[in-house]
Amino acid sequence: MTEQIQSRNVVAAIPNGGDSRSRRQTSNLRKNLFDYSGLIPFFVFATLFIGGPTFAVIFNAFLSNEGSWTLANVQLAFTDVYYLSLLSSLKLALASASTGVIFGLAIAYGVAISGKPKLQKIVSTASGVFANTGGVPLAFFFIAAIGNYGLVTVGLQKVGIDIYSGSFTLFGFSGLVLVYLYFQIPLMIIVVYPALEGIKSEWREAAVNLGASKALYWRYVGIPILTPAVIGSFFLLFASAFAAYATANVLTQGTIPLLPLQVGTLVSGDVVADQANVGFAMGLVMIVVVGIAMTFYTYLDRRASRWRKR
Amino acid sequence: MTNKSGSAVEMINLQRIFGDVKALDGLNLTIKPGQLVALLGPSGCGKTTALRLLAGLDLADGGQITVDGRDITNVPANKRDMGMVFQAYSLFPNLTAVENVAFGLKVRGISEEIRIKKAKELLDLVGLSREANRYSHQLSGGQQQRVALARALAIEPKVLLLDEPLSALDAKVRTQLRDEIRRIQLEVGTTTLFVTHDQEEAMAMADLVGVMSNGKLEQIAAPDDIYANPATAFVASFVGAMNRIPAKLSSGKVEFLGQSVKYGGGSSATTVVALVRPESISVTPTKVNDSKSGTVIARSFLGPQTRLTVKTHEHGTHLHVDMASSDALELTAGTNVSLTITASTVLTDADGKN
Repeated sequence: MTEQIQSRNVVAAIPNGGDSRSRRQTSNLRKNLFDYSGLIPFFVFATLFIGGPTFAVIFNAFLSNEGSWTLANVQLAFTDVYYLSLLSSLKLALASASTGVIFGLAIAYGVAISGKPKLQKIVSTASGVFANTGGVPLAFFFIAAIGNYGLVTVGLQKVGIDIYSGSFTLFGFSGLVLVYLYFQIPLMIIVVYPALEGIKSEWREAAVNLGASKALYWRYVGIPILTPAVIGSFFLLFASAFAAYATANVLTQGTIPLLPLQVGTLVSGDVVADQANVGFAMGLVMIVVVGIAMTFYTYLDRRASRWRKR
Repeated sequence: MTNKSGSAVEMINLQRIFGDVKALDGLNLTIKPGQLVALLGPSGCGKTTALRLLAGLDLADGGQITVDGRDITNVPANKRDMGMVFQAYSLFPNLTAVENVAFGLKVRGISEEIRIKKAKELLDLVGLSREANRYSHQLSGGQQQRVALARALAIEPKVLLLDEPLSALDAKVRTQLRDEIRRIQLEVGTTTLFVTHDQEEAMAMADLVGVMSNGKLEQIAAPDDIYANPATAFVASFVGAMNRIPAKLSSGKVEFLGQSVKYGGGSSATTVVALVRPESISVTPTKVNDSKSGTVIARSFLGPQTRLTVKTHEHGTHLHVDMASSDALELTAGTNVSLTITASTVLTDADGKN
């Protein structure tokens, strides 16, 4: 009798339990879908403008003009002028990122230790604006200021200073580095400032209290703490300069072979016909380089933020 | 393990001014070798300033600091041999617990073998041998402060400075660590200055408690003495619970609640406020409504003790009365009680602060 009752209960319990579990799962699924529904516009945007183009670049990079699979495009991307443009872009990114890191770090450090909240707010807001200024307007701004007949150039000539008397030209490599610094330095300030702000005064005081000089504090504590953030920021600046297109296009007009410009030329087919897929292969190289840089940035930023938490 | 003898510390007429504010207004403090002195006071009373001046993290505007008779007023912080534990967790996040403890020895050029051995001994002393290779973000708040204590002790400091080291911890850990710090301090014998706003901490840990107010030391004495014989109205009010009862001062007697008690100091105006501890009032049920009676309006059971809140009939003042819980069973809210002052003397404060 007992067994029968138990058995009946078990039999009765299974469908009931199954029902409630299934109802719970459905309800959870609905809740999750609802929670994520706000992100739908973002996903659509990311798919259309990041996912889709990325897929197209990768797909076409391995496609011949006849439509068959090939590695020839990628091989070609590492030859002659294409290889030179890769080197030029790496050189430009390296130069502008290194300089941006040095100046940005110095300014951010100065602001962080100033202890003046108003100054910190002004610098932060201004950096946000400048870091997002690029493209044609930025190029025009520099041409109008320090171009051959720019306001500053002419003004300085009147007081006997000719910035073009040496090797400098706004339309060459050094000019491009200078223009890139306009957004690289503010970008560095934005990304490294939280790390500098995270340096606690107690660490310095504890180190001094334990007998360390200022130099020893920086050697054993300050610099090791800041290093991941600074190197991570360098990679971000590197990626930013490596991929910049419009400013370089307007300023150099193709006189310096740069990877983004080569990709633009090849994909649009303006100058060389039937080489679009080589352009996609170079685009693939860009994605790989920027991807590596961003992976380093993300890893190092995560390491740096671990120390900022406490 | 460290200097069992400890060092003598003297602060003489210390002054520190921030703008218009006198953070320290002629502080005089003497700490004997091996003593643990707690500076207690409300925020802004100058206790942390005093500690930072002793550490060398801030410089005095006047006065002198000596350690074992040597003037260190202008000696840089990194040459003072003081170990400090900060209020906020201040472990170096890029170093493991053992590296943190060994840091002070490293900057002194001690060989790695010796400094790691010593750091491990100290981690053992604070009960964290197994956490030696963890980073600060892998340690709890209590563990971090233990490592900080070991780090401060590793350099065998002349003076150990504790700047509210327990304030960021939860109540249970705070009590555990409080006892542990005292045990270690007694074991190593380092002269210690401990700054806190928590009177329970100060009373439980210190040999001497110094109560500060407005940059001055109001009183310094043993914890029981501070509690039983407060020198000023401020000390009486700040340390422990205190009733403030309207009173009159006449012929060396303080008259309140229909009783007359010997004047023990404080305000000498005619109309004053008598300062009486909750345990210095006894209550008995009565049916009489007079100037020495009141009505129980609330009771709080505190374990062995019960705290009654009594509203007096004369001025409607709310008084706290502490008594043994076993004696308070009958005294429920609404009970009419007679109030008797059991203290032999009372301090007074100026009127108008009720």
